[in-house]
Parts: sequence; C-alpha cells; structure tokens
Amino acid sequence: MTIMDWLPVIGVGILETLYMTLVSTLFAYLIGLPLGLWLVVTNPDGIRPNAAVSHIAGGIVNALRSAPFLILLMALIPLTRIITGTSIGSTAMIPPLVIAAFPFVARMVESSAKEVDRGVIEAALSMGSSPLQVVTKVILPEARPSLITGATIAITTILGYTAMAGVCGAGGLGAIAINYGYYRYQTGIMWVMVILLIVIVQIFQSIGNWLAFRCDRRIR
Amino acid sequence: MCRTVSIIQIQNLTKTFGCGENAVTALENIDLTIEEGDIFGIIGLSGAGKSTLVRCMNLLERPTHGSVIVNGSDMTILNDKDLRRARRSIGMIFQGFNLLMQRTALGNICYPLEISGMKKQECEQRARELLKLVGLEDREKAYPAQLSGGQKQRIAIARALATNPKVLLCDEATSALDPTTTLSILDLLKELNRKLGVTVVVITHEMRVVEKICNRVAIIADSHIVESGNVSDVFRHPKTEAARQLITPRNENALKFTGKGRFYRITFDGLTTDQPIVANMVLAFGEPVNIVFADTRTIQGRIFGHMILQLPENPVTTGRMLSYLESKNVTYSEEDSEQ
Repeated sequence: MTIMDWLPVIGVGILETLYMTLVSTLFAYLIGLPLGLWLVVTNPDGIRPNAAVSHIAGGIVNALRSAPFLILLMALIPLTRIITGTSIGSTAMIPPLVIAAFPFVARMVESSAKEVDRGVIEAALSMGSSPLQVVTKVILPEARPSLITGATIAITTILGYTAMAGVCGAGGLGAIAINYGYYRYQTGIMWVMVILLIVIVQIFQSIGNWLAFRCDRRIR
Repeated sequence: MCRTVSIIQIQNLTKTFGCGENAVTALENIDLTIEEGDIFGIIGLSGAGKSTLVRCMNLLERPTHGSVIVNGSDMTILNDKDLRRARRSIGMIFQGFNLLMQRTALGNICYPLEISGMKKQECEQRARELLKLVGLEDREKAYPAQLSGGQKQRIAIARALATNPKVLLCDEATSALDPTTTLSILDLLKELNRKLGVTVVVITHEMRVVEKICNRVAIIADSHIVESGNVSDVFRHPKTEAARQLITPRNENALKFTGKGRFYRITFDGLTTDQPIVANMVLAFGEPVNIVFADTRTIQGRIFGHMILQLPENPVTTGRMLSYLESKNVTYSEEDSEQ
C-alpha cells in the first residue's frame, strides 16, 4: 500500500477515534458530573451529609473503577447489544467506554469540588443559599478551572481506552495499530498510529490547559 | 433614653461536638442578650468557643441545647426554608473574607441578591450602591485576587449588607489585616452601625478591637461567658481571673515588686485622666513616686487604665498621697509586694 492508500484509512481512523472519545466523554460527564457532586454533597463533611447514600454511591464507583477496561468491555457485550444493536464498530464501544469512564469522572469531579474553600461555602450558606444554589452557583463556578483540568485528564484517559477497544472490534487509530501493526507485523504503521495518538493527546491537553488558565480569575 | 429592644437572645445554649467519650463541649449554658443597635464584642482566647458561639447565632452550627432567638424567631425550630429566609436578615463576614474568587467585586455583592430571586439588573444597581457605601465604587470589575485584604473585607461587608440585614456578625473580621487597615475596617463598621442602625456582633481575640468600637462586651473563657456588660464597666473592674488575663497585659503579671515603699494600683475611671493627677500629686507633696507600670487606653472618648505606683517610704506621705487620690475620685488598692 502506498501513502495515498493509507491516507483514507488513517483519516477514517482519526475520525472514529475522535467520535468514540468525544461522545463517550460527553455521556461519562452526563452521569459522572452529577454523581461526583452528589458524592461531595453527601460526604460526612459535605453540605447535606448522608453516610448511607455516600457509602453506596462511593462503593459503586469503586467497584466499577476496579474492573479492568478490557474485561468490562467483554462482560458488557450483552448490554451493548441491547443499547446499540451490535457488539462491533465504533458506536458499540460507547456504552462500555461510558461505563468504564463515568466512575473515574465522578472521582475527578469530586476531587475538584472538594478543592473549593469551605469558608466560601460557609459564607454562601450564611447568606441563605439552598444546597442546590451552593452547588450550582458556588461549587461549580469556583471549581471551574479544576473541573476543566480534570476533564482534560478524563478525555485523554478515554482516548487511551478507545485504543484498547481496538482489540475487541472497535474502529479508530488503536484498531489500525493492532490490526496492521500487531497482527500483520507492519511495525511502521503501528508507530505512525502511536505518534498520531500522542499528537491528539497533546492537542487536547493544550486546549484544556489554555481554557483552565483563561477562565481562572485567581491568577492575575 | 429610648427603650432598647433585644435582637439576639441566647438562652441556656450548649454545643457539644462528637458524642460518647470523645465529646467535646465547646459552649456550656450560654445566656446572652444583644440589644438592637449594639456593637457587641465577644472576646476570648483561641479555643474559648467564640467562633462556635457566633455560628450558633445563624445556625451554621446547630446548638445541642438551648434556644437562639434572632429578630423574634427561634432559629433552632425553623425548617430549612424558613431558616434560609432568616439568614438573609443576618449578614456575616469572616477572617478569611470568603469571597467568590471567580466573581468580580460587583458579582460577589450580587450573589445574596441573586439567590433571593432579585432580577439581575436590580441586583447590579443595588450592588453599586453598596460599593459606594464601602468606598470601592471604582473597583466593581476587579476580581478578589486583584484586591488588597482591606478591600476584600470591604467587599465582604458590602455583600453581607446587600439584603439589608438587621444584624452583622463579624468572625475575627480584622484578624488577618494589618493595624492600619484594621482601624479603617473598624471605623467602617462603626459608621455602618450608626448610619444603617445595623446591630454588629464582633468576635475577636484583640482587646483593641473591643476598645475601639464596642459598647458592650462579653468575655468568653473555657466554653462559658464569664463576664458581660458595658465595655467601660467590664474593663474597669474585671471580676474574674479570665477577664483580668485578657484585659491586663501579660507583662504586668510578671512584674516583681522589690524595694522599699508600698505599691498601689490606681485605677482611672474615665473622668479624671484629663488632669495630670500623678504629676500634680508629685508637685503637691514634693516627693517623687515611682511609676512601676502604666497602661491606659481610650474607650469611647474616655480614658481608662491602671497604673502601679511605688509611693514614698514615709508612711505619712503615703497616707496623704492616698487621700489626695481619693479626693480626685481615683480608686486604688494595695498590691501585694510578696508577689
């Protein structure tokens, strides 16, 4: 195959990788962000302490985080079929990616939210804020730079997962590296994929750093 | 004199942290009444329970026993919604300012108005009035990180007053500030008390804060209120050891009285220090006295203080000097020279 033959393959690979990464990250945050905030709010020193809820939610998060991604991917094939109607291809990877990523996202959100100065939350409560107002108007905006940094880490981690998913029938750059580089001994193409993945991670990281810095009003 | 109305009434309040063997009693059997318009100081050493006490006033800490009546309603029995509403009439400022770091000065002042459901434009209009009140109208777009400590506390004061509260709680509000800035913040609090009629509760470990602005004071030590009353009364005649320790500087306790001649502690009560009593006495008797220790201060424009004098050896002169002091309404007591 010439370079001209590879280009469309790589182009599709990049698009599939971005598709899996971004869609999974989106869904992982849809579940992980509220869950992470829930963990902070119900924490023993949170604004609505609830030991039972906190332990149950924390336990589920820990259990899912302990499962290795590849095993989770295979174990979830029945669920994936129900949701997407197929167990191969890029779309089929999204449910396992989301389930593997949302507990991680929840912990990232929890740790960002915990960084918010307790004094500021106390001040907000002293002014008569409801717990929901504390979360939406104090914790989220105050933790914003840290949340963006966390999202950058989450997105690059999920990108790594999509490459692993190449083993189990996903598309994307990881699949190309595995199918051509590993199974057909085309080491060159494998390294090209590795470099492309590094470049994509670098781009996400730079955008994330820039956004986190730009929105942080503490640095002046 | 107009009749005073109590705005904060704490009855038989106890606060315990933890339970069982590890329980720590932070406050015990606290009774306290703060009248409308007071600038009420609560002073104590760190760990005495004063921060817990002020947090019990707006239920940031829930008392274990007892009642906290603010503005006529018992805070301890309110449901969550009513408690939030009640808190809007109790402003609070903190040692660490606790401003929202990601909001501008104006945005910070808008916060309490926003959460009470006011429209954005009205919030900003009201916030600008408050910025003017605290003298920072030109800093509305600044973020807290761009402001000095004193400016941050001014913004915090403006924010605390945005909802027109009847009470302003100040938890060590000047402890993180330098002496000059402390004075300017205290002046501002006094001015706001006079201008808006807001009752101010000042938690502090510094005597000078109480001296500077408070009209009434409670001294808290080891989870109890050991003394309370008018600042001038409490400072002039501290009844308890805890109060004396706070009012009398530590270096005086270490004084050693040696030499001949007896030692007397004379107390200025605010009426007599405009005359140079000691100097006049020395001139009148032609005998020197030894000033061993002196500590006087101005409270509400009147001068209070203690002085320890070693009077001449001659008992006759000593007696005549004491009667001279009596004639000038200066109270005195003999200090134990065996100390």
